[in-house]
Amino acid sequence: MEKTEAVQEEHPLSVYFIVWGALFVLSAFSYMVDYLNFQGYLRWFLIILFMWLKAAAIVAVFMHMRWERPALITAILVPPLCLLILVLLMAVEGGYTVLTREMFFSMSSMLETAIGSGH
Amino acid sequence: MAQGTQDAIAVADGWDGIVDDWSADKQTFPVHWGKAMMWIFLLSDTFIFGCFLTSYMTVRMSTPVPWPIPSEVFALSFGGQPIPLILIAIMTFILISSSGTMAMAVNFSYRRDKKKIFWLMVATAAFGASFVGMQAFEWTKLIVEEGVRPWSNPMGAAQFGSSFFMITGFHGMHVSAGVIYLLIVANRVRTGFYDRKGSYDTVEIAGLYWHFVDLVWVFIFAFFYLW
Repeated sequence: MEKTEAVQEEHPLSVYFIVWGALFVLSAFSYMVDYLNFQGYLRWFLIILFMWLKAAAIVAVFMHMRWERPALITAILVPPLCLLILVLLMAVEGGYTVLTREMFFSMSSMLETAIGSGH
Repeated sequence: MAQGTQDAIAVADGWDGIVDDWSADKQTFPVHWGKAMMWIFLLSDTFIFGCFLTSYMTVRMSTPVPWPIPSEVFALSFGGQPIPLILIAIMTFILISSSGTMAMAVNFSYRRDKKKIFWLMVATAAFGASFVGMQAFEWTKLIVEEGVRPWSNPMGAAQFGSSFFMITGFHGMHVSAGVIYLLIVANRVRTGFYDRKGSYDTVEIAGLYWHFVDLVWVFIFAFFYLW
Protein backbone atom coordinates (compact mmCIF):
# COMPACT_ATOMS: atom_id res chain seq x y z
CA MET A 1 0.00 0.00 0.00
CA GLU A 2 2.81 2.37 0.94
CA LYS A 3 4.37 1.69 -2.41
CA THR A 4 1.33 2.54 -4.57
CA GLU A 5 0.85 5.86 -2.79
CA ALA A 6 4.49 6.79 -3.31
CA VAL A 7 4.12 6.02 -7.03
CA GLN A 8 1.02 8.21 -7.20
CA GLU A 9 2.92 11.29 -6.05
CA GLU A 10 6.12 10.67 -7.96
CA HIS A 11 5.52 12.42 -11.29
CA PRO A 12 6.50 16.09 -11.33
CA LEU A 13 4.50 18.91 -12.91
CA SER A 14 6.72 18.88 -16.00
CA VAL A 15 5.04 15.63 -17.14
CA TYR A 16 1.71 17.46 -17.42
CA PHE A 17 3.23 20.42 -19.23
CA ILE A 18 4.89 18.10 -21.76
CA VAL A 19 1.63 16.24 -22.44
CA TRP A 20 -0.27 19.51 -22.56
CA GLY A 21 2.17 20.84 -25.15
CA ALA A 22 2.02 17.59 -27.12
CA LEU A 23 -1.80 17.78 -27.21
CA PHE A 24 -1.59 21.36 -28.49
CA VAL A 25 0.85 20.37 -31.23
CA LEU A 26 -1.17 17.29 -32.23
CA SER A 27 -4.38 19.35 -32.34
CA ALA A 28 -2.62 21.93 -34.49
CA PHE A 29 -1.47 19.11 -36.80
CA SER A 30 -4.95 17.66 -37.16
CA TYR A 31 -6.31 21.15 -37.83
CA MET A 32 -3.64 21.61 -40.51
CA VAL A 33 -4.88 18.42 -42.20
CA ASP A 34 -8.11 20.28 -42.87
CA TYR A 35 -6.53 23.68 -43.47
CA LEU A 36 -4.09 22.33 -46.07
CA ASN A 37 -6.99 20.39 -47.57
CA PHE A 38 -5.42 16.92 -47.62
CA GLN A 39 -7.84 14.43 -49.19
CA GLY A 40 -8.34 10.69 -49.59
CA TYR A 41 -6.42 8.05 -47.69
CA LEU A 42 -3.72 10.48 -46.51
CA ARG A 43 -6.38 12.61 -44.81
CA TRP A 44 -8.03 9.65 -43.09
CA PHE A 45 -4.71 8.17 -42.02
CA LEU A 46 -3.49 11.45 -40.49
CA ILE A 47 -6.83 12.18 -38.76
CA ILE A 48 -6.89 8.71 -37.18
CA LEU A 49 -3.20 8.86 -36.26
CA PHE A 50 -3.42 12.23 -34.46
CA MET A 51 -6.72 11.18 -32.84
CA TRP A 52 -5.25 8.02 -31.31
CA LEU A 53 -2.06 9.78 -30.19
CA LYS A 54 -4.13 12.45 -28.41
CA ALA A 55 -6.49 9.89 -26.89
CA ALA A 56 -3.54 7.80 -25.66
CA ALA A 57 -1.83 10.83 -24.09
CA ILE A 58 -5.02 11.88 -22.28
CA VAL A 59 -5.84 8.40 -20.96
CA ALA A 60 -2.27 7.40 -20.09
CA VAL A 61 -1.05 10.57 -18.37
CA PHE A 62 -3.96 12.91 -17.58
CA MET A 63 -6.19 10.05 -16.43
CA HIS A 64 -3.19 8.30 -14.78
CA MET A 65 -3.93 5.02 -16.52
CA ARG A 66 -0.24 4.16 -16.94
CA TRP A 67 0.21 4.19 -13.18
CA GLU A 68 -2.76 1.89 -12.51
CA ARG A 69 -2.65 -1.86 -11.91
CA PRO A 70 -2.98 -4.05 -15.05
CA ALA A 71 -6.27 -5.48 -13.71
CA LEU A 72 -7.91 -2.03 -13.83
CA ILE A 73 -6.30 -1.08 -17.15
CA THR A 74 -7.58 -4.20 -18.91
CA ALA A 75 -11.02 -4.03 -17.24
CA ILE A 76 -11.53 -0.51 -18.65
CA LEU A 77 -9.65 -0.53 -21.96
CA VAL A 78 -10.51 -4.00 -23.34
CA PRO A 79 -14.37 -3.85 -23.35
CA PRO A 80 -14.55 -0.83 -25.73
CA LEU A 81 -12.93 -3.07 -28.38
CA CYS A 82 -16.45 -4.55 -28.78
CA LEU A 83 -17.28 -1.25 -30.51
CA LEU A 84 -14.97 -2.26 -33.36
CA ILE A 85 -17.30 -5.18 -34.09
CA LEU A 86 -20.29 -2.82 -34.01
CA VAL A 87 -18.49 -0.45 -36.38
CA LEU A 88 -17.66 -3.32 -38.73
CA LEU A 89 -21.24 -4.64 -38.75
CA MET A 90 -22.72 -1.19 -39.27
CA ALA A 91 -20.24 -0.40 -42.05
CA VAL A 92 -21.42 -3.53 -43.88
CA GLU A 93 -25.04 -2.56 -43.19
CA GLY A 94 -24.47 1.03 -44.32
CA GLY A 95 -22.91 -0.13 -47.57
CA TYR A 96 -25.83 -2.46 -48.20
CA THR A 97 -28.40 0.25 -47.39
CA VAL A 98 -26.92 2.79 -49.78
CA LEU A 99 -26.78 0.12 -52.48
CA THR A 100 -30.47 -0.80 -52.09
CA ARG A 101 -31.47 2.87 -51.86
CA GLU A 102 -29.68 3.76 -55.06
CA MET A 103 -31.20 0.72 -56.76
CA PHE A 104 -34.68 1.51 -55.49
CA PHE A 105 -34.56 5.19 -56.41
CA SER A 106 -33.33 4.50 -59.94
CA MET A 107 -35.83 1.65 -60.43
CA SER A 108 -38.83 3.58 -59.09
CA SER A 109 -38.06 6.55 -61.32
CA MET A 110 -37.75 4.14 -64.28
CA LEU A 111 -41.06 2.50 -63.41
CA GLU A 112 -42.77 5.85 -62.97
CA THR A 113 -41.80 6.95 -66.46
CA ALA A 114 -42.81 3.55 -67.89
CA ILE A 115 -46.20 3.22 -66.16
CA GLY A 116 -46.87 6.90 -65.74
CA SER A 117 -48.41 6.56 -62.27
CA GLY A 118 -47.31 7.47 -58.78
CA HIS A 119 -47.60 3.96 -57.33
CA MET B 1 4.38 -15.48 6.26
CA ALA B 2 0.96 -14.04 5.58
CA GLN B 3 2.54 -10.62 5.30
CA GLY B 4 5.00 -11.97 2.73
CA THR B 5 2.20 -13.44 0.61
CA GLN B 6 0.31 -10.16 0.63
CA ASP B 7 3.38 -8.26 -0.50
CA ALA B 8 3.86 -10.72 -3.33
CA ILE B 9 0.27 -10.05 -4.46
CA ALA B 10 0.70 -6.31 -4.20
CA VAL B 11 3.82 -6.11 -6.35
CA ALA B 12 3.06 -8.68 -9.08
CA ASP B 13 2.72 -6.97 -12.46
CA GLY B 14 1.74 -7.89 -16.00
CA TRP B 15 -0.42 -10.95 -16.56
CA ASP B 16 0.53 -12.40 -13.16
CA GLY B 17 -0.71 -9.20 -11.58
CA ILE B 18 -4.05 -9.45 -13.41
CA VAL B 19 -4.52 -13.07 -12.33
CA ASP B 20 -3.53 -12.23 -8.76
CA ASP B 21 -5.83 -9.22 -8.53
CA TRP B 22 -8.86 -11.11 -9.88
CA SER B 23 -8.28 -14.43 -8.10
CA ALA B 24 -7.06 -13.28 -4.68
CA ASP B 25 -9.89 -13.39 -2.17
CA LYS B 26 -9.98 -9.60 -1.80
CA GLN B 27 -11.06 -6.36 -3.47
CA THR B 28 -10.00 -6.57 -7.14
CA PHE B 29 -9.06 -2.94 -7.72
CA PRO B 30 -6.94 -1.53 -4.88
CA VAL B 31 -8.18 2.04 -5.47
CA HIS B 32 -10.80 4.28 -3.88
CA TRP B 33 -14.20 2.73 -4.68
CA GLY B 34 -15.38 6.03 -6.14
CA LYS B 35 -12.50 5.98 -8.60
CA ALA B 36 -13.27 2.42 -9.72
CA MET B 37 -16.95 3.32 -10.11
CA MET B 38 -16.13 6.50 -12.04
CA TRP B 39 -14.03 4.41 -14.41
CA ILE B 40 -16.91 1.99 -14.88
CA PHE B 41 -19.32 4.89 -15.47
CA LEU B 42 -16.89 6.31 -18.05
CA LEU B 43 -16.72 2.89 -19.69
CA SER B 44 -20.51 2.90 -20.06
CA ASP B 45 -20.33 6.46 -21.36
CA THR B 46 -17.76 5.29 -23.90
CA PHE B 47 -20.37 2.88 -25.22
CA ILE B 48 -22.99 5.64 -25.44
CA PHE B 49 -20.71 7.95 -27.42
CA GLY B 50 -19.44 4.94 -29.36
CA CYS B 51 -23.02 4.14 -30.39
CA PHE B 52 -23.69 7.77 -31.37
CA LEU B 53 -20.56 7.96 -33.51
CA THR B 54 -21.27 4.56 -35.06
CA SER B 55 -24.84 5.55 -35.91
CA TYR B 56 -23.46 8.77 -37.42
CA MET B 57 -21.11 6.63 -39.54
CA THR B 58 -24.03 4.44 -40.59
CA VAL B 59 -26.33 7.28 -41.69
CA ARG B 60 -23.48 9.06 -43.43
CA MET B 61 -22.54 5.90 -45.34
CA SER B 62 -26.09 4.93 -46.21
CA THR B 63 -27.39 8.17 -47.67
CA PRO B 64 -27.18 8.61 -51.45
CA VAL B 65 -27.35 12.40 -50.92
CA PRO B 66 -23.93 14.12 -50.58
CA TRP B 67 -22.88 14.93 -46.98
CA PRO B 68 -22.42 18.66 -46.21
CA ILE B 69 -18.69 19.55 -46.07
CA PRO B 70 -17.96 20.33 -42.38
CA SER B 71 -14.92 22.41 -43.29
CA GLU B 72 -17.23 24.82 -45.14
CA VAL B 73 -20.27 24.56 -42.85
CA PHE B 74 -18.20 25.45 -39.77
CA ALA B 75 -16.08 28.14 -41.43
CA LEU B 76 -16.13 31.56 -39.86
CA SER B 77 -15.03 34.84 -41.43
CA PHE B 78 -13.77 37.82 -39.52
CA GLY B 79 -14.51 40.46 -42.15
CA GLY B 80 -12.43 38.77 -44.85
CA GLN B 81 -11.86 35.30 -46.22
CA PRO B 82 -13.74 32.57 -44.28
CA ILE B 83 -11.36 30.50 -42.15
CA PRO B 84 -12.36 26.80 -42.09
CA LEU B 85 -13.23 25.25 -38.71
CA ILE B 86 -11.64 28.14 -36.81
CA LEU B 87 -14.17 28.18 -33.96
CA ILE B 88 -13.91 24.40 -33.59
CA ALA B 89 -10.12 24.70 -33.44
CA ILE B 90 -10.36 27.34 -30.71
CA MET B 91 -12.85 25.16 -28.79
CA THR B 92 -10.43 22.23 -29.08
CA PHE B 93 -7.54 24.24 -27.66
CA ILE B 94 -9.74 25.54 -24.84
CA LEU B 95 -10.82 22.04 -23.86
CA ILE B 96 -7.21 20.77 -23.95
CA SER B 97 -6.15 23.67 -21.75
CA SER B 98 -8.93 22.87 -19.30
CA SER B 99 -7.65 19.29 -19.17
CA GLY B 100 -4.16 20.62 -18.41
CA THR B 101 -5.34 22.78 -15.51
CA MET B 102 -7.43 19.89 -14.20
CA ALA B 103 -4.45 17.51 -14.33
CA MET B 104 -2.45 20.00 -12.28
CA ALA B 105 -5.30 20.40 -9.80
CA VAL B 106 -5.30 16.62 -9.30
CA ASN B 107 -1.53 16.69 -8.85
CA PHE B 108 -1.83 19.37 -6.14
CA SER B 109 -4.61 17.35 -4.50
CA TYR B 110 -1.96 14.71 -3.62
CA ARG B 111 -0.14 17.48 -1.74
CA ARG B 112 -3.42 18.89 -0.34
CA ASP B 113 -2.53 22.37 -1.52
CA LYS B 114 -6.06 23.79 -1.13
CA LYS B 115 -5.50 27.21 -2.66
CA LYS B 116 -3.89 25.84 -5.83
CA ILE B 117 -6.47 23.06 -6.21
CA PHE B 118 -9.32 25.55 -5.84
CA TRP B 119 -8.05 28.07 -8.38
CA LEU B 120 -6.97 25.44 -10.90
CA MET B 121 -10.41 23.84 -10.69
CA VAL B 122 -12.11 27.22 -11.06
CA ALA B 123 -9.93 27.86 -14.13
CA THR B 124 -10.94 24.45 -15.51
CA ALA B 125 -14.62 25.24 -14.96
CA ALA B 126 -14.17 28.66 -16.60
CA PHE B 127 -12.58 27.05 -19.67
CA GLY B 128 -15.46 24.56 -19.73
CA ALA B 129 -18.07 27.31 -19.46
CA SER B 130 -16.46 29.24 -22.32
CA PHE B 131 -16.47 26.05 -24.39
CA VAL B 132 -20.23 25.69 -23.82
CA GLY B 133 -20.67 29.37 -24.65
CA MET B 134 -18.91 28.92 -27.99
CA GLN B 135 -20.97 25.84 -28.68
CA ALA B 136 -24.14 27.85 -28.03
CA PHE B 137 -22.85 30.43 -30.53
CA GLU B 138 -22.12 27.67 -33.06
CA TRP B 139 -25.58 26.11 -32.64
CA THR B 140 -27.28 29.51 -32.96
CA LYS B 141 -25.35 30.30 -36.14
CA LEU B 142 -26.19 26.90 -37.61
CA ILE B 143 -29.89 27.06 -36.74
CA VAL B 144 -30.61 30.74 -37.44
CA GLU B 145 -28.22 31.59 -40.28
CA GLU B 146 -27.62 28.26 -42.04
CA GLY B 147 -31.12 26.84 -41.48
CA VAL B 148 -29.88 23.46 -40.18
CA ARG B 149 -32.62 21.38 -38.57
CA PRO B 150 -32.54 17.82 -37.17
CA TRP B 151 -34.64 16.71 -40.14
CA SER B 152 -33.24 18.83 -42.97
CA ASN B 153 -30.64 21.35 -44.04
CA PRO B 154 -29.96 23.30 -47.22
CA MET B 155 -26.41 21.91 -47.66
CA GLY B 156 -27.05 18.22 -48.31
CA ALA B 157 -27.98 15.00 -46.52
CA ALA B 158 -30.78 15.50 -43.99
CA GLN B 159 -29.05 13.20 -41.47
CA PHE B 160 -26.33 15.83 -40.96
CA GLY B 161 -28.49 17.87 -38.58
CA SER B 162 -29.70 15.00 -36.42
CA SER B 163 -26.18 13.60 -36.08
CA PHE B 164 -24.72 17.00 -35.30
CA PHE B 165 -27.29 18.04 -32.69
CA MET B 166 -27.32 14.62 -31.04
CA ILE B 167 -23.55 14.16 -30.77
CA THR B 168 -22.43 17.71 -29.94
CA GLY B 169 -25.54 18.24 -27.79
CA PHE B 170 -24.82 15.19 -25.68
CA HIS B 171 -21.18 16.21 -25.39
CA GLY B 172 -22.11 19.78 -24.47
CA MET B 173 -24.45 18.40 -21.81
CA HIS B 174 -21.49 16.47 -20.38
CA VAL B 175 -19.37 19.62 -20.35
CA SER B 176 -22.14 21.62 -18.64
CA ALA B 177 -22.64 18.92 -16.01
CA GLY B 178 -18.85 18.80 -15.56
CA VAL B 179 -18.66 22.54 -14.94
CA ILE B 180 -21.27 22.26 -12.17
CA TYR B 181 -19.56 19.15 -10.75
CA LEU B 182 -16.13 20.86 -10.73
CA LEU B 183 -17.49 24.01 -9.06
CA ILE B 184 -19.15 21.96 -6.30
CA VAL B 185 -15.94 20.01 -5.65
CA ALA B 186 -13.81 23.19 -5.86
CA ASN B 187 -16.03 24.87 -3.28
CA ARG B 188 -15.70 21.87 -0.99
CA VAL B 189 -11.92 22.06 -1.38
CA ARG B 190 -12.04 25.74 -0.38
CA THR B 191 -14.19 25.16 2.69
CA GLY B 192 -11.96 22.32 3.90
CA PHE B 193 -14.61 19.61 3.47
CA TYR B 194 -12.00 17.11 2.25
CA ASP B 195 -9.63 17.94 5.12
CA ARG B 196 -12.40 16.98 7.54
CA LYS B 197 -13.12 13.89 5.46
CA GLY B 198 -9.42 13.07 5.44
CA SER B 199 -9.33 12.30 1.72
CA TYR B 200 -8.91 14.31 -1.48
CA ASP B 201 -9.86 11.38 -3.75
CA THR B 202 -12.95 13.26 -4.97
CA VAL B 203 -10.72 15.77 -6.79
CA GLU B 204 -9.02 12.97 -8.70
CA ILE B 205 -12.39 11.34 -9.48
CA ALA B 206 -13.82 14.63 -10.77
CA GLY B 207 -10.63 14.95 -12.82
CA LEU B 208 -11.27 11.59 -14.47
CA TYR B 209 -14.72 12.77 -15.56
CA TRP B 210 -13.34 16.02 -16.93
CA HIS B 211 -10.54 14.35 -18.90
CA PHE B 212 -13.10 11.96 -20.36
CA VAL B 213 -15.10 14.92 -21.69
CA ASP B 214 -11.90 16.11 -23.40
CA LEU B 215 -11.25 12.60 -24.68
CA VAL B 216 -14.69 12.35 -26.28
CA TRP B 217 -14.12 15.71 -27.97
CA VAL B 218 -10.93 14.29 -29.57
CA PHE B 219 -13.07 11.64 -31.28
CA ILE B 220 -15.88 14.04 -32.23
CA PHE B 221 -13.34 16.50 -33.66
CA ALA B 222 -11.75 13.75 -35.76
CA PHE B 223 -14.86 11.98 -36.98
CA PHE B 224 -17.46 14.71 -37.24
CA TYR B 225 -15.52 17.88 -38.07
CA LEU B 226 -12.44 16.63 -39.93
CA TRP B 227 -13.69 13.52 -41.74
